[in-house]
Amino acid sequence: MGIRERLSGNEAAATAMKQINPDVVAAFPITPSTEIPQYFSTFVDNGQVDTEFVAVESEHSAMSACIGAEAAGARAMTATSANGLSFMWEMIYIASSMRLPIVMSLVNRAVSGPLNIHNDHSDAMGVRDAGWIMLFSETNQEAYDNLLMAHRIAENENVLLPLMVCQDGFITSHSIENIELLEDAKVKEFVGQYHPKHYLLNKKEPIAMGPMDLQAFLFEHKYQQAEAMCNAKQVILDVAKDFEKLTGRKYGLFEEYKLDDADIAIVCMNSTAGTTKVVVDSLREKGIKAGLLKLRVFRPFPAEEIAKALANVKAVAVLDKADSLNGVGGALFTDVTSGMQVNGVTVPTSSYIYGIGGRDTTTKEIESVYKDLMEDSKKGKIGNPYRYLGLRK
Amino acid sequence: MNDIIEIRWHGRGGQGAKTASLLLADAAFNTGKYIQGFPEYGPERMGAPITAYNRISSSPIRIHSNIYEPDYVVVVDDTLLESVDVTAGLKSEGAIVINTTKDGNELKKLLKGYAGKIYTIDARKVSMETLGKYFPNTPMLAAIVKVSGIMNEADFIKDMEGSFKHKFAKKPEVIDGNMKAIEMALKEVKEIK
Repeated sequence: MGIRERLSGNEAAATAMKQINPDVVAAFPITPSTEIPQYFSTFVDNGQVDTEFVAVESEHSAMSACIGAEAAGARAMTATSANGLSFMWEMIYIASSMRLPIVMSLVNRAVSGPLNIHNDHSDAMGVRDAGWIMLFSETNQEAYDNLLMAHRIAENENVLLPLMVCQDGFITSHSIENIELLEDAKVKEFVGQYHPKHYLLNKKEPIAMGPMDLQAFLFEHKYQQAEAMCNAKQVILDVAKDFEKLTGRKYGLFEEYKLDDADIAIVCMNSTAGTTKVVVDSLREKGIKAGLLKLRVFRPFPAEEIAKALANVKAVAVLDKADSLNGVGGALFTDVTSGMQVNGVTVPTSSYIYGIGGRDTTTKEIESVYKDLMEDSKKGKIGNPYRYLGLRK
Repeated sequence: MNDIIEIRWHGRGGQGAKTASLLLADAAFNTGKYIQGFPEYGPERMGAPITAYNRISSSPIRIHSNIYEPDYVVVVDDTLLESVDVTAGLKSEGAIVINTTKDGNELKKLLKGYAGKIYTIDARKVSMETLGKYFPNTPMLAAIVKVSGIMNEADFIKDMEGSFKHKFAKKPEVIDGNMKAIEMALKEVKEIK
């Protein structure tokens, strides 16, 4: 039995980092993730961790310091949000192409402009092709659990990719909620020591890292990153199995909530999934077969598994908390529909852009999506699939 | 779902409404409940209207949206009554607790015919007498605990003593005053008939 606590999502992330006790943390404060390095720096000051904390002058430097540390053979972590991630962007690609299993806590916030400090997923969606494993978290508990599993996934020799754990800015990062923590010793044992196979400070094996890579090999190296991403899927499941043995908490690539016999389904990520579960329950009481697919693993994208899980529903709505501004739906919608198409699943599916810039998403709005889906499933076809939820017109 | 108690706090930046909501979450957590305590962040300036929320339940809370139909509303600053629709969505079987010295008739007019129970407390008086300074959040916390009955008073007092000892570890001189504020507020909060 774990430790019953109440923590905000940021406190939960900082606590996970404390228990992981990485070699290096380099971070620069930015709302709403500021508290993570803030709390962590107090752990350093109090001697609760023996981490080298690098208070850098920018996010570009935060990621650069993590890259340097990991290349040297250390375990490095960071935290950021929105424009902080934007400022890291150049180094985000360097981290993944150098196959450095850095772990980041990304507290999702709208990327400016205009300036907005509130939640949406535009920051995460901006780096979806950067070669990072991306896990999403409904609650403070999931943000904590995902971080505890992160290094085991990222550092696996068949993976060796950086990993980010996302949670919704303010909605979970600043809400105090119940959480079950693991004892420090159990975390230490579960996460294990980091023994990289190749690293710069190994005098027995002098190597170069991150050199120029032109026509002769870059293509192959990019293929290897894609291959590692494919490998990550099984590793994520294996680590989740071990985690379940330890905690009783079950994680997969996604959570199917009353999806088995569902006629209509919503696909979404992070905190909105909780609100959706409440709506699913109330619709079920009325005899409406509503279900939810809550995606946890966005990269690698479990296309085949999602297609299979949605194969028997009559209408699907994919909720994107970031607009691709391409006129044809958000990134999650594109990935889900592409996955269904490729795997021979034909279900009327529509895109809902919602919650942009912290616009609150209510149970009433989620209900309205299911109502739309009931109409769609009755007709067996949809009108305009590119929809907006909670938009004032 | 039905056993969730939802509370909305209205205050002004700097008065501690957010802290009060977090303390209430703490206190309820310590009685074994599932809790949420979260502020609605806006432009954070001293004196600007702010909103904070609590959900308290005996089963896990999954909803993650603001609260639109609260069971209880706490108004930490009565100047908000004129500018903010504090009873918006407030259930008529619920109650509103206001820090004010205004009389019943005046309040009823300001609350535009709200049909539920109205409680008042002079948190300024309580705070000045017990702390010597104006910190309305501690009295308002005690007032909402009393009005909502989410925990019994003895448990609440005991729990707050523990919280204050932890929170004010570096300022132990304010613990006594805060405890007195709680005890006094529990007695001072009154329903308007």
